[in-house]
Amino acid sequence: MMYRFLLLLSTLLLSSVLFAGVEVRSFETPEQEALYNELSEELRCLVCQNQNLAASSAELALDLKEQVYRMVTKEGMSREQIITYMVDRYGDFVLYKPPVKKSTFLLWFGPFILLLIGFFVLMRTVKGAKQQPEKALDDKQRQAMQDLLNSKEN
Amino acid sequence: MSSYKHFLPLVFFLGLVGLLYWGLGNDPKVVPSPFIGKQAPAFELPKLYKEEKVSNEDMKGKVWMLNVFASWCVSCRAEHEVLSKFIASDNIEVVGLNYKDYGTEEYGKEVLGWLQQFGNPYNVIAVDTDGYTGINWGVYGVPETFVIDKNGVVRDKHTGPVTEESVRDRLRPLIQQLRKES
Repeated sequence: MMYRFLLLLSTLLLSSVLFAGVEVRSFETPEQEALYNELSEELRCLVCQNQNLAASSAELALDLKEQVYRMVTKEGMSREQIITYMVDRYGDFVLYKPPVKKSTFLLWFGPFILLLIGFFVLMRTVKGAKQQPEKALDDKQRQAMQDLLNSKEN
Repeated sequence: MSSYKHFLPLVFFLGLVGLLYWGLGNDPKVVPSPFIGKQAPAFELPKLYKEEKVSNEDMKGKVWMLNVFASWCVSCRAEHEVLSKFIASDNIEVVGLNYKDYGTEEYGKEVLGWLQQFGNPYNVIAVDTDGYTGINWGVYGVPETFVIDKNGVVRDKHTGPVTEESVRDRLRPLIQQLRKES
């Protein structure tokens, strides 16, 4: 029984699936590794568009990751320098999270502006509805209502 | 309540439809190049199967194009005929950037075979085996065509295969305009 268990365990642990898709990169310091991981989360794969570099295995994403790796380890560039390098070449689109600036104002604040507009429209509608005078029923209508109610009861 | 207020939601809705319709016509794959209006990035690369190097300094004072291509790229094949005709008829200086292909002896001869089969419209071919120059130029999909003026400034970037329409409406007028500039 024990033997079988060990066999199963070793088969699972040595399975090649475990090693598939794992990037092998070595870093001199943990800070470099953290920076590399952070940047590959933040930068967009331009051909897959809705994936960041970390999630993508497209050819271009691999090249860009390699480039980031090189800049982090060999050239010792800072986070800002690497981001500037990428934005200079690929534009703001390369950033997964767009920067807040004039041209992205609507993107960032548009939804809140719409929400405010909706809120004001709602307020006005509710107010307007309240101010409508309630019309009293005249005798004829009152009679008709009474008749209706009575007919339901029977 | 005045009657025009009833139409406000309709106007709003039509506006939204218009916005979405306009969005439909936009190609999300085309990312505008931040290089337009800026100095083209420098490069110095080996020429295809030659010892010599080619750099953008060689093109100084000329209106030229940089066409990024590869033998594995199907769209490059698609644009090749149109592009070659345009280059020949308008007598344009073009550097071919052979992007991540097999341009050096130790790889293969794919690119030579490709050029023999389809023709070589380039004045010179720069070999970017590892794709570093491509990244430096912000290349994200081949083919891409950059138009560079006499002062070495990138004036336009055409992403994707060059078509007869884009030659007629965009590239040819631009090249003619740039040739008049000093």
